[in-house]
Amino acid sequence: MTLHLAILPILIPMIGGLLMLLPPFAGPLRYQYRRAGALFLMLTQVAVSVYLMYVVVQNGAIMYAVGDWRPPFGIILYVDQLSAMLVALTGFLGLAITLYSFAGDDREGKYFHPMVQFLLVGICGAFLTNDLFNLFVFFEVLLIASYTLLIHGGGKQKTAANLHYVILNLVGSSLFLFALGTLYGITGTLNIADMAMRVTQLSEGNQLIAQAGGSLMLIVFGLKAAMLPLHFWLPQTYAVASAPVAAMFAIMTKVGVYCIFRVYTVIFGEQAGELADMIQPWIWPLAILSIVAGTIGALASPNLRTLAGNLVVVSVGTLLIAFALRTPEATAAGLLYLIHSTIITGALFLIADMLGQQRGKALDYFVIARKMKQQALLGVMFVVAAMAVAGLPPFAGFLGKLVVLQSATNTDYTAWVWSIILVSSLATIVALSRAGTTLFWRNTPSHDAAESPGISKWQLGGTGLLLIASPMLALFGASVIEYTNNAAVQLHDIPYLLEVMNLHGDAQ
Amino acid sequence: METVYVICVGVLTFCGVFLCLRGRTFSVVVGLTMLSYAVNLFLFSSGRLSLDGAAILGMADKYADPLPQALTLTAIVIGFAMIAFVVILALRARADLGNDFVDGSEPLDSDKLVKPNRGKA
Repeated sequence: MTLHLAILPILIPMIGGLLMLLPPFAGPLRYQYRRAGALFLMLTQVAVSVYLMYVVVQNGAIMYAVGDWRPPFGIILYVDQLSAMLVALTGFLGLAITLYSFAGDDREGKYFHPMVQFLLVGICGAFLTNDLFNLFVFFEVLLIASYTLLIHGGGKQKTAANLHYVILNLVGSSLFLFALGTLYGITGTLNIADMAMRVTQLSEGNQLIAQAGGSLMLIVFGLKAAMLPLHFWLPQTYAVASAPVAAMFAIMTKVGVYCIFRVYTVIFGEQAGELADMIQPWIWPLAILSIVAGTIGALASPNLRTLAGNLVVVSVGTLLIAFALRTPEATAAGLLYLIHSTIITGALFLIADMLGQQRGKALDYFVIARKMKQQALLGVMFVVAAMAVAGLPPFAGFLGKLVVLQSATNTDYTAWVWSIILVSSLATIVALSRAGTTLFWRNTPSHDAAESPGISKWQLGGTGLLLIASPMLALFGASVIEYTNNAAVQLHDIPYLLEVMNLHGDAQ
Repeated sequence: METVYVICVGVLTFCGVFLCLRGRTFSVVVGLTMLSYAVNLFLFSSGRLSLDGAAILGMADKYADPLPQALTLTAIVIGFAMIAFVVILALRARADLGNDFVDGSEPLDSDKLVKPNRGKA
């Protein structure tokens, strides 16, 4: 059990998802079995990932050689505090959206729960692997699951958005393979730790090629992370996806951000000689422009889901700023913000869906519509989510942004970071209060709200789980910050990684 | 051999990118296919091109790197599955949206906008 603990977060959803395609679970009438199965799998996944986190904190990072092929030759799973934390976050978000989907979203298609499980396989795999080609494979797993989830429920808009999403990501995958081929051709390895060691020993000509390969990879990760100028697909895609799917997608941009953190800290980090911090000059303007574009998009959004999608772009920009500062403190701040923004943007998509169900044809568009049936309850949830996402005090959003701002003091970019993040926070508050005013207070008096469906207990449970997490993160802020600090230090500590991998500089 | 190989990869990539930028789903799908062919060839060459090299130690004087072959095989399988998916999706989009444009509607054609008025004036 403990021996294979590192691979369990991949195996549980994979085997579980496959089993759910078989007779006891398959078929349109057996959705109750599928629900029970999905709930069981999600709870197991959360329990295992929390235990994994505990083990990693206690005993240090785990290196798991798949098939016992030793590094640098075999495929290696590497679990440090950062990966363990993200796997736990994925499991938590998965649990929340699974609960939410029990309200009826999962019955729009037969394969909702198995597909969510396969999405988890891909996401957890991408977080856990330490092999670039394996990373590509897990990207494809999560992508093909996301393609089918995006079209879940069907409809014109979903097909159109999905076509764009699929084509973009197929081009992205091709670029990823070009980048991989380039890096493999130059360094002769795919293991991230081994590659970190090899890039320092390259000749001058080869360094240029490695730089080209590394930069090409940034385009791929930027596409996944929705970094400017590759973010145009995101607001539309997230706006048309059904609510639990959109909420789950909140973690998918973070996969791209995670890969940027991992690859450009370990391989092209400060120890990489000539290639050290080679993408940092690119990241600065892109991060700032992402925030600007996301904020403007948020102000211009016609409905709540598009607004939430634009806030995802803002959060990606903030995370990239934390990356561009290139210190463990900044990384730690970014990780704290990452947890929080994933959970809250996920919750916003769910709230937008619940709002829409009670407003008739107006859905979540900012137009005058009939009064909602459960105005007060939805209002409270919206206010909590809005305050958290904008970064107002009692919630963890405040903590996250504060720590990011703190880590940016005494650098060359202090003025930029402070002004951009603070102005964008203000604009977010303006956008959200405009949205809330129209959604909740501008009603047509005539219509009776009685016929609209009430919020089911599942919807309330799923959203509540996410919303409660935000003040919890603030309440246990000290220990969370301590954890992310350790995770960040571990990420930046390349000699420790090489030691865990049992790789040494002189061994050729 | 290298020159021919490079030209093949280059031409395939060029055609793939060109076709991906077209407006209709059919050419985009063909473009994606070409791009994945180009990628497969490119991956294959990342272990250096060599003739008569054995992939197993002790079988010959010259050795070929076996890993790119494994990578290419994986990439072919994944690429094939993805192309199959995008073909089905494109058919679905044709049915749902009523045309085969990637954007879901026919782009405004300046000729068509001008001509009808010309006769009436």
